[in-house]
Amino acid sequence: MSLRAGTKLEKVLAAGHFALTTEVGPPRGPDVDAVLKKARILKGLADGYNVTDNQTAVVRMSSIAGSKILLDAGLEPVAQMTCRDRNRIAMQSDLLGAAALGLRNILAISGDHQGAGASGKLKGHPGAKGVYDVDSMQLISIIKGMRDEGLQAGGDALTSKPAFFIGAAWTPLGPPIEFRVLRLAKKVAAGADFIQTQAVYDIKAFAQQMAKAVDMGLAEKTAILPGIIVPRSAGMLNYMNNNVPGVVVPQELIGRMKDASDPQAEGIKVTLELIEQVRELPGVKGVHLQAIEAEELLPEIINQAGLSPRPEV
Amino acid sequence: MITAEWKPIEEMVGYLRGHKKVLVIGCATCVAECAAGGEREVETLAPLLAMAMQNDGNPVEVKSATLERQCEPEFVEAIAEAAAEADAIVSLACGIGMQLVAERFVDTPLYPGVNTTSLSLREEPGLWTSRCAACGDCVLGLTFGLCPVARCAKSLMNGPCGGTRTDGMCEINQDTPCIWRLIVERATARGRLEDLTQVRPPKNWSNSPAGGPKRMLREDLRS
Repeated sequence: MSLRAGTKLEKVLAAGHFALTTEVGPPRGPDVDAVLKKARILKGLADGYNVTDNQTAVVRMSSIAGSKILLDAGLEPVAQMTCRDRNRIAMQSDLLGAAALGLRNILAISGDHQGAGASGKLKGHPGAKGVYDVDSMQLISIIKGMRDEGLQAGGDALTSKPAFFIGAAWTPLGPPIEFRVLRLAKKVAAGADFIQTQAVYDIKAFAQQMAKAVDMGLAEKTAILPGIIVPRSAGMLNYMNNNVPGVVVPQELIGRMKDASDPQAEGIKVTLELIEQVRELPGVKGVHLQAIEAEELLPEIINQAGLSPRPEV
Repeated sequence: MITAEWKPIEEMVGYLRGHKKVLVIGCATCVAECAAGGEREVETLAPLLAMAMQNDGNPVEVKSATLERQCEPEFVEAIAEAAAEADAIVSLACGIGMQLVAERFVDTPLYPGVNTTSLSLREEPGLWTSRCAACGDCVLGLTFGLCPVARCAKSLMNGPCGGTRTDGMCEINQDTPCIWRLIVERATARGRLEDLTQVRPPKNWSNSPAGGPKRMLREDLRS
């Protein structure tokens, strides 16, 4: 099978291994050490490391710079790119720059709106002018056009074709629920090679959406990695259930975390169960495992899940 | 209609310091419909502004007038005399009307009394919501008559983002529906959901404000 970009993530998936990606959020400052600290904890544990692009619309070290730091430290980054801050000219320029730096996994997403961001704790930039020149679907198409045709979106030729393994996001449980699988199909048609989903806690509901994706043949055309965020307290799950669109947390799970004498240990247990449950679903090719700002929990979880060591490819 | 909202009085006071004779003008069309700059609002603002200037230690004489349409030269002539007597004009019209007045009475400073905000529909009494973004490349024929350019916070062209709340509202405002949810519902009701499965290419924004100031020329109307 010919590879699109030959990244480790792509090779792991191509070889039929159960893939594992995680996330490294860049710092709100120019601190290389902050990135390297997370890198040291996570090195060797995953096949790809998402580097977020000013997530929650809060200014952080750029995704491309953070990705390059990871790459140099021996971790394979998945550089996220949102449509919020750049027009198609800047995006393509940054994509060429990313390719020149050796970054080949790109995740194309709409991005948190500047008016809804800042996580409620920081000021953010609600007065910023959002760009949204193109949407995530169109960005996927543009990246594919650059890679496969060697063409810019405007039709001009590139001097050579950048190799990208193209990722996209999927919110399987957001309304309008009947359109979510069709939207996934559009992303696949646009060129998404792999998919990371919004955090999944309601396995039953996710399984139904996944079954539709499998029926439509999408799970063969793209590699779907359900998102799992390590729960650390009932409060955290409640917050996500109420405030993070597309995240549905069963009350039973919230109750279980509430009753736990050691919520952190219970959260790890829940995470291991979730990994096992999604792994059994037809069409699931891996997991996108996150422990937001608690990366130190991941090595133990990954070991216990039997996902370590990562396959050599 | 074009909607507008009053600027804070303090901002107007800031503009008017040093002036003595102020003419407050309104417009009886869009800004009257959206209750920002019609005769009623002009007659409400004029005394408030006089009082605010008095309290600021800069008393001014305030006169008022409401034009039929502030964006038509012949209607603007109606205030020629009053404008000549004033040393400042505050306009409650949209930015179009304001600029015509500024152009006609070029020696008299004109200050905005409102912010022009949107092309909206009066959905209910006291509620106006966006309907158009003047993007210059109408997609309503592809989106079942609901505009994602004006009514999606991200102007998405290919369906809803992950930010649709559980109740179907937009993540950036709990009272604003996710327009893509409504588009999908309308498509479903017509049995045409399939129409929304085609990937729409990047939009051409060159006929929108992003393409530079608009200059619409109709030769057939110029002879």
